[in-house]
Amino acid sequence: MSHEVVEKNIGLMVVLIILVISVAGLVQIVPLFFLTSTTQPIEGMEPRSALELEGRDIYVREGCYTCHSQMIRPFRAETERYGHYSVAGESVWDRPFQWGSKRTGPDLARVGGRYSDDWHRLHLTDPRAVVPESNMPAYAFLERREIKADLTPRKMRALQRLGDPYTDEQIEAAADEVRDMTEMDALIAYLQGLGTELAHWR
Amino acid sequence: MNEHDMSTFWHWWVVILTLANIAGIYWLIRWTSKKRPGEAAEGAETGHSWDGLTEFNNPLPRWWLWMFYFTIVFALIYLVLYPGLGRFAGVLGWHSGNMLNVEDSQYHTEMQRAEDRYQPIFAAMAAQDVASLARNSDAVTTGRRLYLNYCSTCHGSDAGGARGFPNLTNGVWQWGGAPDAIKTSIAQGRQANMPGFGDSLGEEGVEQVAHYVLQMSGRADADSALAEEGQQKFNMFCSGCHGAEGGGMAMLGAPPLTENAWIYGGSLAAIKETIQQGRAGVMPAFQELLGEERVHVLSAYIYSLAPQ
Repeated sequence: MSHEVVEKNIGLMVVLIILVISVAGLVQIVPLFFLTSTTQPIEGMEPRSALELEGRDIYVREGCYTCHSQMIRPFRAETERYGHYSVAGESVWDRPFQWGSKRTGPDLARVGGRYSDDWHRLHLTDPRAVVPESNMPAYAFLERREIKADLTPRKMRALQRLGDPYTDEQIEAAADEVRDMTEMDALIAYLQGLGTELAHWR
Repeated sequence: MNEHDMSTFWHWWVVILTLANIAGIYWLIRWTSKKRPGEAAEGAETGHSWDGLTEFNNPLPRWWLWMFYFTIVFALIYLVLYPGLGRFAGVLGWHSGNMLNVEDSQYHTEMQRAEDRYQPIFAAMAAQDVASLARNSDAVTTGRRLYLNYCSTCHGSDAGGARGFPNLTNGVWQWGGAPDAIKTSIAQGRQANMPGFGDSLGEEGVEQVAHYVLQMSGRADADSALAEEGQQKFNMFCSGCHGAEGGGMAMLGAPPLTENAWIYGGSLAAIKETIQQGRAGVMPAFQELLGEERVHVLSAYIYSLAPQ
């Protein structure tokens, strides 16, 4: 009956609950913030271009992660289909990362260069025009929406403060790079850059 | 997690927290199930009553308690056998392979086993030339699986193509249908580049050339008067790549125009659009992803699709 002490003292109970539920996080998550393999970018990795960065925001906005993962696991069945498994160093600058856990559509971690720009444009406009079996929704409206170019340098500035190695020149040039571009252009640029950092695909 | 770059501090952090947690859980279950002086006898009412609901002092169900102890034992055995306690690799030496340089990890073992098994098969297939391999049903089956995985997204699961992505079954080739040409297309990729002629031809000229192109394909909907006007313009602007007879030129990726087979659609409107704005289809390169031998087998499958 000694649990009576805890049951009748709500403050103590709150403290004990916090203690219990924090153990897993303290053991499994906290050390990851201090390991080089999870905090350092892989060799030769460059931060996303202004257009790719805008594309990423559209990817997040449209909730692409609800159906597409960006996490190739170290199993042969996955690496044969998608290419080299994902490593933590590839997503150190992604805030938040887009690993996902649901694959209604295929994994996109290494979709960059896999298809042509034309294919992406056609597929995003009308998925069933190229893949008749597809159940992906159409995103034709992206073609009619322009990137808000004035916001791009501010986004890059924020990321720079968080540690992404953008140079001031890149940030200054950013608005002009994305001006008059459509959201479709940006999303395609983002997709074409995905997973291309790891030189060896197999 | 890459345990080799974990510092001593974080190693002990993980070890101590994990073991203290397990010890704490064990202590908690013992502490709560201990008899206290003055508590109600087992099975008797404790005297607590809320809205007529009374509490009995019953012990924890035996099966539940034993399962609890079992999870503790399981955790300890697991932590001895497998990596979990900081840098300790576990006595089995198991590793998932989620690192770039561990040779005996689960992933590398799995890959090696597959390589040992499939490599000789692919090597034997790669030793045959594409044309004879295309008659080997095992190779064609293997090639078809590769095709469905890597190529069907653009060219369709029936290889019939889609608008902008060539049909591979009709024997009409943009970049050549010879075994070597197919292999090069897959391995190196292709970049077509037809410029737009809307400015040079004008609206009328585009219409005329489109009708001439339709006529070359033997289409009934070609207007012969317009086609006649178009012929001269075709010779001036188009024949350099597509050939004077419209037979195409595989080296430049200029498709034949005499087969009534169309990559971007064969309607008058689609053909006019192509002439007007040009086309620049891209086939990505697959050598890096697939490797020489798989490209070879895949070529044989593609070769087998077209009427010979």
